[in-house]
Amino acid sequence: MQLSCPTPKLDFDVVTLGHGSGGLLTHRLLNQGVFEILGDVLVNSEHDGACIVTEEKMAMSTDSFIVSPIFFPGGSIGDLAVNGTVNDVAMCGAKPLYLTLSLIIEEGLAVSELWKIVDDIAIACRKAGVKIVTGDTKVVDRGSGDKIFINTTGVGSYLPKAKISPSRVSKGDAIILTDSIANHGMAIMSKREGLAFESEIKSDSRALNHSVESLINAFEDQIHLVTDPTRGGVATVLNEIASKTNLGVELTHEKVPVEDQVAGACELLGLDPLYVANEGVYLIFCPDQLAEEVQENLKALGHRPAMIGKMVEEHLKQVIMDTPMGGKRVISMLPGSQLPRIC
Amino acid sequence: MKYLKEYRDPVLARKILDEIRRTVTRPWSIMEVCGGQTHSLVKNGIIDVLPSEITMIHGPGCPVCVTPIHLIDAAIDLAMRPNVILCSFGDMLRVPGSNQNLLEAKAQGADVRILYSPLEAVAIAKDNPTKEVVFFAVGFETTAPANALSLVHAKREGITNYSILASHVLVPPAIKAVINDPLSKIDGFLAAGHVCTIMGNGQYYPLASEYKVPIVVTGFEPIDVIQGILMVVKQLELGTHEVENQYSRIVREEGNKEAKAIIEQVFEVSDQVWRGIGEIPSSGYQIQDKFKAYDAVKKFGISVDAPEEKTECISGEIMKGLKKPSQCPHFGKKCTPENPLGAPMVSSEGACAAYYHFSGTSIPN
Repeated sequence: MQLSCPTPKLDFDVVTLGHGSGGLLTHRLLNQGVFEILGDVLVNSEHDGACIVTEEKMAMSTDSFIVSPIFFPGGSIGDLAVNGTVNDVAMCGAKPLYLTLSLIIEEGLAVSELWKIVDDIAIACRKAGVKIVTGDTKVVDRGSGDKIFINTTGVGSYLPKAKISPSRVSKGDAIILTDSIANHGMAIMSKREGLAFESEIKSDSRALNHSVESLINAFEDQIHLVTDPTRGGVATVLNEIASKTNLGVELTHEKVPVEDQVAGACELLGLDPLYVANEGVYLIFCPDQLAEEVQENLKALGHRPAMIGKMVEEHLKQVIMDTPMGGKRVISMLPGSQLPRIC
Repeated sequence: MKYLKEYRDPVLARKILDEIRRTVTRPWSIMEVCGGQTHSLVKNGIIDVLPSEITMIHGPGCPVCVTPIHLIDAAIDLAMRPNVILCSFGDMLRVPGSNQNLLEAKAQGADVRILYSPLEAVAIAKDNPTKEVVFFAVGFETTAPANALSLVHAKREGITNYSILASHVLVPPAIKAVINDPLSKIDGFLAAGHVCTIMGNGQYYPLASEYKVPIVVTGFEPIDVIQGILMVVKQLELGTHEVENQYSRIVREEGNKEAKAIIEQVFEVSDQVWRGIGEIPSSGYQIQDKFKAYDAVKKFGISVDAPEEKTECISGEIMKGLKKPSQCPHFGKKCTPENPLGAPMVSSEGACAAYYHFSGTSIPN
């Protein structure tokens, strides 16, 4: 296993309950392991918490990560824990600055896996440009966790030109999707279900804060809302927006980008990509006349955007999709997770 | 994507729909037998674009919906036993039993696993020799070969801690029961393509000639379904009642001989209770005596007497095509996918869930 820094040499192979005791073992695990790997990403206050002085308007978001498997094509629970929270702060129209990092480790986790996860955290923080300012480590009995759970909380300062809110989404707004969907969920699913596909599907896990910042700098308050369709996918987020704005969402099936291998995997497993999780795409709501320009801007940032629909005054609080057959289909909220069909 | 885009081509769809419009001269009721076809009709909005003369009636072909409640209770009972790993296809987990469903049993500590193939369950049995592994073998003729194969495989490998809780239903007797219902007014059928992939078309000839109904073996993509409807409409307008094969890229006249052979090796035809409909003679498969060691009903002494089900769900009337989901007083009110009164609201192949998810509750059906 190649880490971005030298692998810490400690005389234990697995995490034990003692590493969560707060005593010497905890200190060694942190000081000679975790802190060393985090390196410049860690702002260590050497006290019980971080002190942040600010007069700016701040955004704050928290998220817990419980993904299984903890390593998957295109990422790990480590970078996911950074990117997920960084993106949530970014979607507020803010520049993420600091993260907290809480590790809940199941007794028996291989230390080499922990180092890899912490390394992924460090790399993701560098890419996103955020620092870890405080954290916590707990160890639970074997069987009381699932290898490792991570909680991160992020704070960021509002971008001065941003005016992001669901309440600003208006009739006629274009809905732009930055990239193709369902990669993250299907990457996880393909490993979890023990299925092998000819071409490996990679998670799209990545930080979106730089992209959001560029977009807001370019279009300022013309960007009414940015939001990332993570758990529950595009369908769930659009239903939430329709409900909050008291408008309808009109989608065009053919415009929603799904990569061929992802669409194929969804077909095989009986899942609808619209409901599958993403970790590296976001939706933009802006006036229709800006749609082309916004998409050009996104292309320059490396995205492959598509205008997938618009906000309308009909079928209030509902998401309706035009089907290629010329009919219409309601995209509703799912009652729970998608369950694979029998045949 | 190859082999999908061709069957979802909007230009071709419009051409076929135009031909349906030109062909139809009076009202016809057509039943799509399989839940997969219902799913395709509703998900693709095909019902919206069919001419008003054509009424699609959603048949009993959702295996999740027709699995009798006492077998769901038995699966939950087995799953709650500490030494049992219960394996199932995904959409069986939310189907309500008498008191709870398998998802709730899982939350209470039952070891319930979602699989895609019964052969995975055999592998789990091999890896867990101290546990009893039970596969909830639900489905039509389509899933029967794989379920049968899992028993043959387990027997060959000498694996003794594996069994199946079988609830297999057969399509042709169900079509017969639907036609024989005095209230039913179905003029033609789209037969389930994947069932015919296994069984072939042979069983449909006597049905078509005895009851004078056109039967078109149909696939599941939008173009398949629209073309199947066109073929039925053409026959109805001409007054013919043939068995035709729309799904010829997959379905052979004789079906899949190897799959049929393995079914015959393991199962035998038996009477079967269909949830919401009742018992239909010779409409299911039971495990032959020579494989009784792998029959969970016998292995665990499960009662096979189906108690009378008290429910407000009108699934029987819906699956026989007597009512549409929207004609049920509870649809979208007391009965929703979060809180289903009956199985058709659970699986996405169930007619009620398909309508709820894809047509919404506020759009008149």
